[in-house]
Amino acid sequence: MSVRRLAEKQPESFEFTPQNKAWLEKQIAKYPDGRQASAVVPALWQAQKQNDYWLPRAAIEKVADTLGMPHIRVLEIATFYTMFNLEPVGKFYVQLCGTTPCMLRGSDDIIKVLERKVGPQRQVRVDGLFSWAEVECLGACCNAPMVQINDDYYEDLTPENFEKLLDDLAAGRSVKTGSQTGRSGSEPEGVLTSLTSLYGEGSK
Amino acid sequence: MTKILVDGVEVDVPPEFTLLQACEEAGAEVPRFCYHERLSIAGNCRMCLVEVKGGPPKPQASCAMAVKDLRPGPAGAPPEVFTKSPMVKKAREGVMEFLLVNHPLDCPICDQGGECDLQDQALAFGGDSSRFIENKRAVENKYIGPLVKTEMTRCIHCTRCVRFTAEVAGTGEMGAIGRGEDMEITTYLQSAMSSELQGNVADLCPVGALLPKPQNFRARPWEYQKTESVDVQDALGSAIRVDTRGREVIRILPRVNDAVNEEWISDKTRQVVDGLARQRLDRPFIRESGRLRPASWQEALGAVAAKAKSTAGAKMGALVGDLAALEEIFALKLLAEKLGILHLDCRQDGSRVDPSFGRASYLFNATVAGIEDADALLIVGSNPRKEAPVLNARIRKRWLKGGFNISLVGERADLTYDYQYLGAGPDSLLQFIQREQEPAKKRLVLIGQGALARPDGDAILALAAQAAQRRGGISEGWNGFSVLHAAASRVGALDLGFVPGRGGLPAHEFVKRGALDLVFNLGADEIEIEPGAFVVYIGSHGDRGAHRADVILPGSAYTEKSGLFVNTEGRVQVASRAAFPPGEAREDWAIFRALSGALGDALPFDSLTQLRKALFERHPHLQRLDAIESGDAGSIAKLAQHSAVAMKDPFVSIIADFYLTNPIARASAVMAECSALAQSRLRQAAE
Repeated sequence: MSVRRLAEKQPESFEFTPQNKAWLEKQIAKYPDGRQASAVVPALWQAQKQNDYWLPRAAIEKVADTLGMPHIRVLEIATFYTMFNLEPVGKFYVQLCGTTPCMLRGSDDIIKVLERKVGPQRQVRVDGLFSWAEVECLGACCNAPMVQINDDYYEDLTPENFEKLLDDLAAGRSVKTGSQTGRSGSEPEGVLTSLTSLYGEGSK
Repeated sequence: MTKILVDGVEVDVPPEFTLLQACEEAGAEVPRFCYHERLSIAGNCRMCLVEVKGGPPKPQASCAMAVKDLRPGPAGAPPEVFTKSPMVKKAREGVMEFLLVNHPLDCPICDQGGECDLQDQALAFGGDSSRFIENKRAVENKYIGPLVKTEMTRCIHCTRCVRFTAEVAGTGEMGAIGRGEDMEITTYLQSAMSSELQGNVADLCPVGALLPKPQNFRARPWEYQKTESVDVQDALGSAIRVDTRGREVIRILPRVNDAVNEEWISDKTRQVVDGLARQRLDRPFIRESGRLRPASWQEALGAVAAKAKSTAGAKMGALVGDLAALEEIFALKLLAEKLGILHLDCRQDGSRVDPSFGRASYLFNATVAGIEDADALLIVGSNPRKEAPVLNARIRKRWLKGGFNISLVGERADLTYDYQYLGAGPDSLLQFIQREQEPAKKRLVLIGQGALARPDGDAILALAAQAAQRRGGISEGWNGFSVLHAAASRVGALDLGFVPGRGGLPAHEFVKRGALDLVFNLGADEIEIEPGAFVVYIGSHGDRGAHRADVILPGSAYTEKSGLFVNTEGRVQVASRAAFPPGEAREDWAIFRALSGALGDALPFDSLTQLRKALFERHPHLQRLDAIESGDAGSIAKLAQHSAVAMKDPFVSIIADFYLTNPIARASAVMAECSALAQSRLRQAAE
């Protein structure tokens, strides 16, 4: 974590699309009168989604004005939550988990791949396709190491399959989300080593 | 009431009291940074940790735990709090150590040094040495306006400033961005604050992160001579402390006065300081062939006496400005009586308030503290945010409690609270009076000078009296008819009857060309005296009045004399001398005494004490300091019967520029900077 500031290059204005506007109105309506500010996180999230996964200043002000909050209140929230990106990200925004289980299972090697193929953290690759950041635990420790790319998880990574994954994404080929080694969930790799009397071949 | 033991001392406190309040009740000292009586509870500094018996078995933040949260012991023994136990001592040392981890040890170059909460509490409750050898965090300084300088590395994240702007000032301009160690206090993208109360955040800051910018590196707290006084920048009469070093006033701070200003003062009150040293009239001047030339007192007084002797009483007038104390108004009144002057006025703005309607007709009868008892508010022709920012904060405080219906007739403005807009002029007020609706029980009718300083001001005053009578403003034990003045001298001058005598002209008529031959102008700078009359200006600053003058007699500013002031509620307060007037300038009452001597008919006093004695003999209510002689509510009923016809024109606020309302403020460079900033903000908003 470090000091987070708004991006230097900012778009002139921000306007919600009609669909997003309608969606936001529904969110706001969930809260009692005078408590519209409660919708600030969903509103920022939708604004970020609409704006290629990052929040420009104009969007922060738009959300504040929509919800009747002082601008600084919304800026506080946007800078507090690290999932709000304040600077542009690549078309594929890779969030790599570097917390203990992933680290023990080799996330350092995944980082090396990213550094080689994408470049340093929090910088968009020249072609605009990729950027990456190391984040705290994303809660998929059973299938460590893992990354989140945009809205999807990619698990059971190795340097080889991860490199292929990045190439496929860059080339626009369809990719498989979830485990990259064929697991359907978080069941053990290979054969069961415990609870064999209850599950698998040995059960009954 | 609940019994609780604090360090073995039993106290009986209301159950909703916090432990910290209970400890204070028992006389135990609890250190704190984030907790402040007049702000919401944050509980984030952890300095107020205490040990409790009857609650969780760990150190508890006493500011955030209520007495009722503690369970009684076996057999109903009262819960216990310890503030001096080893656990508490260790906890405080730990908190202090963490606070000092990132706090620079730059006390020798920090302006807060000597009056710093962190410094004092580190000494009293901290450890004896530092174990921290790593690098400290550094934080970029922020621009948050012309009045507050930031040194953000010193910030300990107590968030008092954030809560102040959100709750009291009502602008919500400050915030804490980022999180954890990287949390930073700032305004939105370092924009300047727009509140008229922003200077208070520097007082609230327990460390040297927010400091008053104009006083940057000027003096150390222990070098100041501290004088308790009252403010004259608006009619509220906020309690202030004037800090001087040598002959110079360096800063003005608020004093606590719950009846008036709680512990806030406006930025004009606080930072008008440099205006006290600039543009001063430090010697008498006489106009000769169109130019003012320095003169001796004897010469100047002789010139005035010669002119006065050759002028008939009916061709002379006397005018009192906004900053005059009772003493000089009284002296001028006596002098006018001796000279047979009928054309007296203290209402340079043309306000139609008049003592003949009774004292209640020009007082803020509800009192400032009474705002909190009101259940509805009607604002007529006023922008309290500009006319009395601290009073506006009190209205906001009442509004935040809820169940307070505010309506406004006059100019639309951002008052920091919501209101129902009724309309712009007298018609809307009339409609309001005639409404078929259940009246409020304790309505406050706040009448600003914007409604009264116009030719039909008396008609508006009568309408407002009707509104108060018919819409729940007057009842047993409640008089909600409240006039908000903008001039500090106004109520006092009205009390002394400084208004035209029988056959006398009001100010805006006698300043007309050819009306009079000689005008005594006691610091009235906001009125244009048309060419023709010989003007004697008695005042402290070379402002509009002095430019028009034929003779200037240099007087003293409010920090340079002991003077009585009556605030808009009718509360008599005394301002004390903190410094001496510059050069040959004298106290204003003494000037009139000397002038009367030059005229050969001396006023009957030789000292301030004798003057006050004479003053109190004539007006006994003025000797009761800090007390309000309340007006008779019956005169409101009589006022309501006053027949005059209101015009259709909308009400216009009398304050065009909050920062430049009087000669002292106009002489201040800091106020000029604030004004320029406010004007550019207005222009931006208009685009």
